[in-house]
Amino acid sequence: MHVQAAKTVSHILHNCRQSENSYPRSYPPKTLLPFLTPPKTPTLSFRLASAPIKTREPNTNKTKSKVSIQVRLMRFVVTKPSAGAGVAGKARLGALYLGGGGAAPPIETPALVVPTRRGLPSFISRDLLDRLPYPDSLLLHLCPIHFIVCPSTRTIKNIGGVHEMVGLQDHFFIASPGDSVESLPEHGGTNKIGAAFETPSGRRLINPKDYMDIISSTRPNLWASLADEVPAWVTEKRNRLSIDRTLKWLDDCLSLDQEKGASTLGAVVGGPNIEHRKKCATEVSMRNVSGFYLGGFGLGESIEERSALLNAVTNILPEEKIRFVSRLGLPEEVLQGVAAGIDLFDSTYIYHLTLGGFALVFPLDILGEAPEALLRNSSNDYTKINLHATIYRKDTSPIVDKCSCYTCQDHTRAYLNHLLNVHEMLAQILLEIHNTHHYLGFFRSIRRALKQEKFELFRERFMESRRVHLTEAVPYS
Amino acid sequence: MALQFEVVGRFNRARASKLTLPHYVVQTPMFMPVGTQGTIKGLTNSQLEDIGCQIILGNTYHLALRPGAELIDELGGLHKFMNWKRGLLTDSGGFQMVSLLHLADITEEGVTFQSPVDGKPMLLTPEESIQIQNKIGADIIMALDDVVRTTITGPRIEEAMYRTLRWMDRCIAAHKRPDAQNLFGIVQGGLDPVLRDICVRGLVERNLPGYAIGGLAGGEDKDSFWRVVAQCTAALPEDKPRYVMGVGYPLDIVVCSALGADMYDCVYPTRTARFGTALVPEGVLKLKHNAMASDERPIVSTCSCMVCKNYTRAYIHSLVTRDAMGSQLLSYHNLSYMMRLSKDLHMSIVEGRFPEYVRGFLRTQFPKGDVPQWVCNAMEVAGIDISSCCAPVPV
Repeated sequence: MHVQAAKTVSHILHNCRQSENSYPRSYPPKTLLPFLTPPKTPTLSFRLASAPIKTREPNTNKTKSKVSIQVRLMRFVVTKPSAGAGVAGKARLGALYLGGGGAAPPIETPALVVPTRRGLPSFISRDLLDRLPYPDSLLLHLCPIHFIVCPSTRTIKNIGGVHEMVGLQDHFFIASPGDSVESLPEHGGTNKIGAAFETPSGRRLINPKDYMDIISSTRPNLWASLADEVPAWVTEKRNRLSIDRTLKWLDDCLSLDQEKGASTLGAVVGGPNIEHRKKCATEVSMRNVSGFYLGGFGLGESIEERSALLNAVTNILPEEKIRFVSRLGLPEEVLQGVAAGIDLFDSTYIYHLTLGGFALVFPLDILGEAPEALLRNSSNDYTKINLHATIYRKDTSPIVDKCSCYTCQDHTRAYLNHLLNVHEMLAQILLEIHNTHHYLGFFRSIRRALKQEKFELFRERFMESRRVHLTEAVPYS
Repeated sequence: MALQFEVVGRFNRARASKLTLPHYVVQTPMFMPVGTQGTIKGLTNSQLEDIGCQIILGNTYHLALRPGAELIDELGGLHKFMNWKRGLLTDSGGFQMVSLLHLADITEEGVTFQSPVDGKPMLLTPEESIQIQNKIGADIIMALDDVVRTTITGPRIEEAMYRTLRWMDRCIAAHKRPDAQNLFGIVQGGLDPVLRDICVRGLVERNLPGYAIGGLAGGEDKDSFWRVVAQCTAALPEDKPRYVMGVGYPLDIVVCSALGADMYDCVYPTRTARFGTALVPEGVLKLKHNAMASDERPIVSTCSCMVCKNYTRAYIHSLVTRDAMGSQLLSYHNLSYMMRLSKDLHMSIVEGRFPEYVRGFLRTQFPKGDVPQWVCNAMEVAGIDISSCCAPVPV
């Protein structure tokens, strides 16, 4: 009987992984954002606010039906205008209605726009998406750049648009160029012809006509015009150029738009320069658009200088139209955006957390809990836990006690720890479900605080609870 | 014995049954997806239930490594750990002897593996395997057998067969939970009918709750494969379930069911999904092909799974090899397809139209009538007339 000599451990590891854990090469991507830090010690799990969260009936076998353009149009209404005064003076409540009547309830803003890859979340398929909070989870992001390679615009058109193509006929898609994971704006490649993006299939240049081809074939409910988004460190000359281009492309897109701006979010850029931002905002406001996409944020400006820039823009934009911003992902950044009068946020925070094996656990009932309760156990990271950590090996509790998401109802921290250790795809699916659910809950808390006119207090308390573990780590002097 | 096996329909050697296990009542013929490490790759429990999965497999070798048998036991068994409410079956770790042979050393005592996690030697004896499986707590557990590839010839096969019987006794002795877990024996013996016969008789003597036919699905020629299955199903008792391990392709499952087998497992449907291949009645569909980029049809027009009801081939094409979602959706469809196949086999036997079903299946897979010779041979033994599916032989 012939038995081969055992090889080295790395060879064994390689072989095992090859045979047991094969999935597409593009997954997972190679880098994580620097803000993800592993925790040192375990954290407590917090209870959610007691308000029950509605979910829909699962709808796994929907028959296809082509919906006309009229029904897709969305209408935005400010339901509680900004107070005008105070630190958070510009925060407001709003509602998005799907035109044409029908049973769908409005989506309240400020709201999270759930990121997608080619129209579907990275890991949550449509049958599991149904179980997320309703109607909050109906709002999805669409990145037209994902469709540069395939499917072709003709195929998408034949299928009937993105809603049909991904089987989410009742959902709302908000499109903006670029996303923070797969289609990064590359200002160095952008020229007068079009905007450049770094994609998995290389650097791509897209001009307004191609962009509108994708928009008109996918037919999202709202879409931002093509913009030249530049990072904060470019020269003033380059910055001015980006404004000129963005305005020109806005006009190009509008001229190609069959709906004449009814679903258009005019892109406002201007980098880190307040005067430029104001100028661009004024110009875009004069166009016949239904709302605004604040571009160029989250590309290198510091969190401190961002407030002034956001406010400079929202001061000028008409109150009654919707405002959408990309790449303000962290809870602190969201609060900053809400305070400046932003209504919609798209971020890949959840995606990066999920890939890193993190689960959000921060308390959502900020106003309900007594301040002392929030500052209870000082040496913990209140935001998230890393389920790779060995302390979770035998932890049979759910990620967050009393969380009503599928993951917390059906699975334990121990199981997730195991899945992460053996590199199983189910880990990412379950984590993305929980993290999305939790983050949507965060936005609900924000809206609740706004309704109770306690947003400033909410923001203060939230920031304090997150800074505690940092300040208390400093020894007495 | 912790199961009840009731035949509810027959056609010649084929049978449909109701198999009652501690955690679930299953219908056979039945395909069992493989969830090696305590999960089916890319699918949640709720999706597996929607698809109609009845039993899923876990693997002793992998689970003993991570998260470890002690931990699973402490947390209440694999059902509780995974929160899977239906049936579970664990393999003994024997197959890893074959698939990871360069790591293994087989002696009478057991199998020594070099652990891929930390390089330490791991000895898997029959006692150890059963102990681990007792801790994991599956409804059906497999005896540790000495598995040899069917492509090998010589005295090794005979040695392995006798050792399998000796290890069977050690497994029976070590099994602490016969009231909650069913220990199946595995028939070995390579492709040699004499050895297979000795092994079958030896296992039947031990009066086990169920029997598996092992050592196949490893690259042997199909004509030998079906003959071994036919021989074993003829000799195994009528009133106990028969499990052909590592099968497989839908065609193989139809043939083996016609010959009298009940249960099957294979990584094929889920693994091929991760490489962009979908199972269709005609065979397979490679979603990666450029032709799929503009194909606006669903993967299978007659399939009622969530994927076929909502997605086009063109969209799936844009996902496969790029996004994890592509793997998920294809795995969902492929498993739905296998569950549908199982259900169709069961119902066609129960409703007395099994031969028609087999003919329909073969006609769809071989529209030109080029049914492989081994299938024709097998169907002759199974007593099913498929002459209408085969093209006339040129004179």
